[in-house]
Amino acid sequence: MDYGGRVRLDCQNRSGMFGVIQLATAHVSAAMRVDFVQTAAASQVSIVTPGGLSRAGRLSRERVHMDEETEQDTRDAMTALLLSVGRTQDVTAFETLFRVFGPRIRSYMLRLTRDGGLAEELMQETMMTVWRKAGQFSAEKGSVATWIFTIARNLRIDSYRRSRRPEIDPNDPALVPDGDPQADSVMETRQSEESLRAAMTRLPTEQREILMLAFFDELPHSQIAVTLDLPLGTVKSRIRLAFGKLREALEETA
Amino acid sequence: MTIRHHVSDALLLDYATGSLGEGWSIAVASHLALCPSCRKRLTLMESAGGALFSVTHAAPSDGPAIDDSWARMRARLLDKPDAGNLPSAPSPAMKSPVAPTLPEPLRSYVGGDVDTLQWRSLGRGAYHLPIATGDKSTSVRLLRIPAGGPVPEHGHRGRELTLVLAGSFHDETGVFARGDFEEADEDLEHQPVAMPGADCICLAVTDAPLRFRSWVVRLAQPFLGI
Repeated sequence: MDYGGRVRLDCQNRSGMFGVIQLATAHVSAAMRVDFVQTAAASQVSIVTPGGLSRAGRLSRERVHMDEETEQDTRDAMTALLLSVGRTQDVTAFETLFRVFGPRIRSYMLRLTRDGGLAEELMQETMMTVWRKAGQFSAEKGSVATWIFTIARNLRIDSYRRSRRPEIDPNDPALVPDGDPQADSVMETRQSEESLRAAMTRLPTEQREILMLAFFDELPHSQIAVTLDLPLGTVKSRIRLAFGKLREALEETA
Repeated sequence: MTIRHHVSDALLLDYATGSLGEGWSIAVASHLALCPSCRKRLTLMESAGGALFSVTHAAPSDGPAIDDSWARMRARLLDKPDAGNLPSAPSPAMKSPVAPTLPEPLRSYVGGDVDTLQWRSLGRGAYHLPIATGDKSTSVRLLRIPAGGPVPEHGHRGRELTLVLAGSFHDETGVFARGDFEEADEDLEHQPVAMPGADCICLAVTDAPLRFRSWVVRLAQPFLGI
């Protein structure tokens, strides 16, 4: 998948809660590089407050379908960039990934560490791991964002919490293999990724709030109950409802 | 093997986000090794994390300008040109003729499979094996309980996770066999009975101060005198 031209993509969340990013993904031909670097320099992630002055807030319903397509294009572009890093150690492709994900990783790390310098260090380590392991990324398994999220999460556990994360070993002879080995194709993964994201925007605020606290503040569900002053059972049931809906959305796709 | 009792969404989410401590995570990850459907549920949760991750925004004041960050990163890449690109994931290991009873990550924690372990006798055919972890807030151990015995009806005060690895037990909520996962808390009051036929081998994780409250440990209590 080549992105020979300069592609300007607007990626935004329909809920209007999140940011608009503008990113440039031209990286393939050397001739484009100067142009790319200039564009990339301008591709800062900007903040959009909920219901604020963003273009996101003003988007009409007619554009929703198109936005889904541009979001998908952005994800495809990210996939192409990461695959290129894995294949050829493409520094230019890596720079674009760095400029898109670096600020997000930093903000993820900052939520827990509350220390800008440390958050920057952990971000740099995460992106170094992305660089080193890019060859292991497989587009059939999931999105670039998910892959980078798991790397950042593991680093946060290892380096910041100095703890171990016990994990399965995919080559363990005791591992019970998947019953119906689904022919995971890139296309199927793309589709479920889209359904998932659409379903997430439909989650009630009370459920999404819990997911944000869980993923970003790394609060266990028992602590979420304390933070939100809710009975533990309520938090558990909201988590169950949220993932029930997400699973349902994926099953409809399948 | 049909697993009937799975990890709850709330506990699996804690594992997916990274907030679950090492001790509890050994039980969750070992269940995942035996349960493809829970692995699928975990993948969904991680994808949800990735989706949230990709739509969050970063305030410019979070740290140095991205140009400066990139300059540092670029210098590191140029400094270590051969640091890039670890080989793709290793090819699958040869399947051994007999699959071990203990899955990873548990097997590495205890240093071998069930028949090679230095079980410590509790008397009357019961054995246990404490497992060292870096997580002092939990107590992790394997228990091997002789087939057939009932356990006094009891409730729970802290969280207790039990993963059945061999044999089985049953209580009011059903039968628990290999791969089944019991998540007990204050709400559960039950009377488990180890099934006849084979010794029941379980992984039991409890809050450290309540280390002997696990029902399997209680079963051993009369033998231990604790």
